[in-house]
Amino acid sequence: MIPKEKPVAVNVKPERFSPIPKVRIGKKRNRPQWLLGLVLTLLGLCFMLPFFWMVISSVKTDAEILALPLTIWPDQITFEHYVNLFVNLNFLTYLKNTILIVVASFFGLLLTAMAGYAFAKFTFKGSKVLFIGVLATMMIPGQVTMIPVYLMLNQMGLTNTMTGIVLPGLVGAFGVFLFRQFMTTIPDELLEASRLDGASEFRIFFSIILPMSKPILAVQGILTFIGAWNSFLWPLIIANDESLYTLSVGLALLQGQHGGNYGLQMAGATFMVVPIIIIFMIFQKYIIEGYNISGMK
Amino acid sequence: MRRLLNDRAPYLLIAPTVLLLLLFSITPLFVAFVMSFTNMDLAGIANFANVDWIGMTNYLEIFKDEIFLQALSNTVVYVVIGVPLVIALSLSIAIAINFGRGKVFEWFRVVFYMPSITNVVAVAVVWGFLFNPQYGLFNFILNTISLPDVPWLQDPFVAKLSLILLALWRAVGINMIIFLAALQGIPRTYYEAAALDGANTFQQMFKITIPLLRYAIFFVTVTTLIGWIQFFEEPFIMTEGGPLNSTTSLALFIYQNGFQLSNFGYAAAGSVVLFVLIITVTLIQFRVQKNENPY
Repeated sequence: MIPKEKPVAVNVKPERFSPIPKVRIGKKRNRPQWLLGLVLTLLGLCFMLPFFWMVISSVKTDAEILALPLTIWPDQITFEHYVNLFVNLNFLTYLKNTILIVVASFFGLLLTAMAGYAFAKFTFKGSKVLFIGVLATMMIPGQVTMIPVYLMLNQMGLTNTMTGIVLPGLVGAFGVFLFRQFMTTIPDELLEASRLDGASEFRIFFSIILPMSKPILAVQGILTFIGAWNSFLWPLIIANDESLYTLSVGLALLQGQHGGNYGLQMAGATFMVVPIIIIFMIFQKYIIEGYNISGMK
Repeated sequence: MRRLLNDRAPYLLIAPTVLLLLLFSITPLFVAFVMSFTNMDLAGIANFANVDWIGMTNYLEIFKDEIFLQALSNTVVYVVIGVPLVIALSLSIAIAINFGRGKVFEWFRVVFYMPSITNVVAVAVVWGFLFNPQYGLFNFILNTISLPDVPWLQDPFVAKLSLILLALWRAVGINMIIFLAALQGIPRTYYEAAALDGANTFQQMFKITIPLLRYAIFFVTVTTLIGWIQFFEEPFIMTEGGPLNSTTSLALFIYQNGFQLSNFGYAAAGSVVLFVLIITVTLIQFRVQKNENPY
């Protein structure tokens, strides 16, 4: 249940505050602490600067954006660019398509979890070879498969369809690997007990395995959401029709067509980035700790 | 029936994933390889009878193609400058955050990780605005402290550095998290023992921290290297390879030949070269790591 990496992290914490280093550090170490905090703060501000400028510029009027010298804080706050995105441009359609992709990717997550479970808890003919085969696909770069997959989808008549956009990226080898790593730690006795009670394998998966895998599901769920929300290249290749564009593709189009209209571009960018930042702020603990869970050290 | 279903359970569980990977990952690899020896183009898609077997022609031509050679050398510049910067910066930030005590330092993780999760198109659009020669914030800041304008995306060499700066900003977060996870796995007692023996902070860092992070550094180097060899979105959105192909990467070259010029066979040859490059670099990395590891 608790992955084996976890106890290490738990052990570290109390020792951090053990009396030995405290006595030695005393005042002497306070100055580096301050200095480090200061350097990190300055660097952090630089890292946040693009986000700040994006949001600020999105609520400036066109005239103010193109007026020199630049104003750090808008003289007059306006939401006209946001209104424009939905009224004069098709951002509502893009949003709908993006949400469709997110929903589909969660179905893909379920398939990935199923495969992870099978590789973690069953030994069957060919299981080792198949698992290595799955892992090997991680080494194949997207640029190599991009053109053949496009031609294959074209043959199947799936270009310019939502299915064609969603299908190639539905499952990923890395996800299978992470689920397998986590599910290996679920005790076999639990599964055996349910089998004796007559539960089917699929029932076991849905009512025991999935509920017990909450930590890894949380991490993978959030990362899947972010990935789907941001999906760009594949929709760009497959969708010829604007009615199938995602937010990213729509924004790239907007940049091409309204090159000089920075307020509109920044509003579009803000609309894409801010939901992700909010979700990340809420769940950041799961995501960041998730790298410990997945044993990435 | 139920019995049968249960016996086959593992196969049914893996079937969708394995089939999808087979169809969209493994098969395309072979298709790309075969296609690279043909002159597949739009006419070829319409009717396979128009596709001819042309042997090594694509490969011979691609190594004479000036844009391809330019893309290759650009990619080398991205990798040689970008990868060490990513590793140095993310490792330094991770060590600094790990060194710090208190809640504030936990928030730094969030701050530095944030660019990693945001949408690459949105971010590229924003940075394009920041880099704008007239109305961009960067030149405005430079002018405010009485420095001259920088031709961020206009000068062939500076444009490469500007794209690296953006990619660096996006890449630091995820690697920092990996380093932090590894740092927290180092037992505190090692440092206490070293401190009792009189080792100072720098000695502790170079004699304990860095050696024990060897595996994490290796992992980050390999993944970052692979990622940067595939450098694509930044030049695609911000410069479309310009000025004068000075920012075209290998991946962008493949995309442009495949989807804009419809030279599918030629683009496939380019992608095979990219694949071979990635495999070679990765194998060299593993070899070096093996030789370096006396433990």
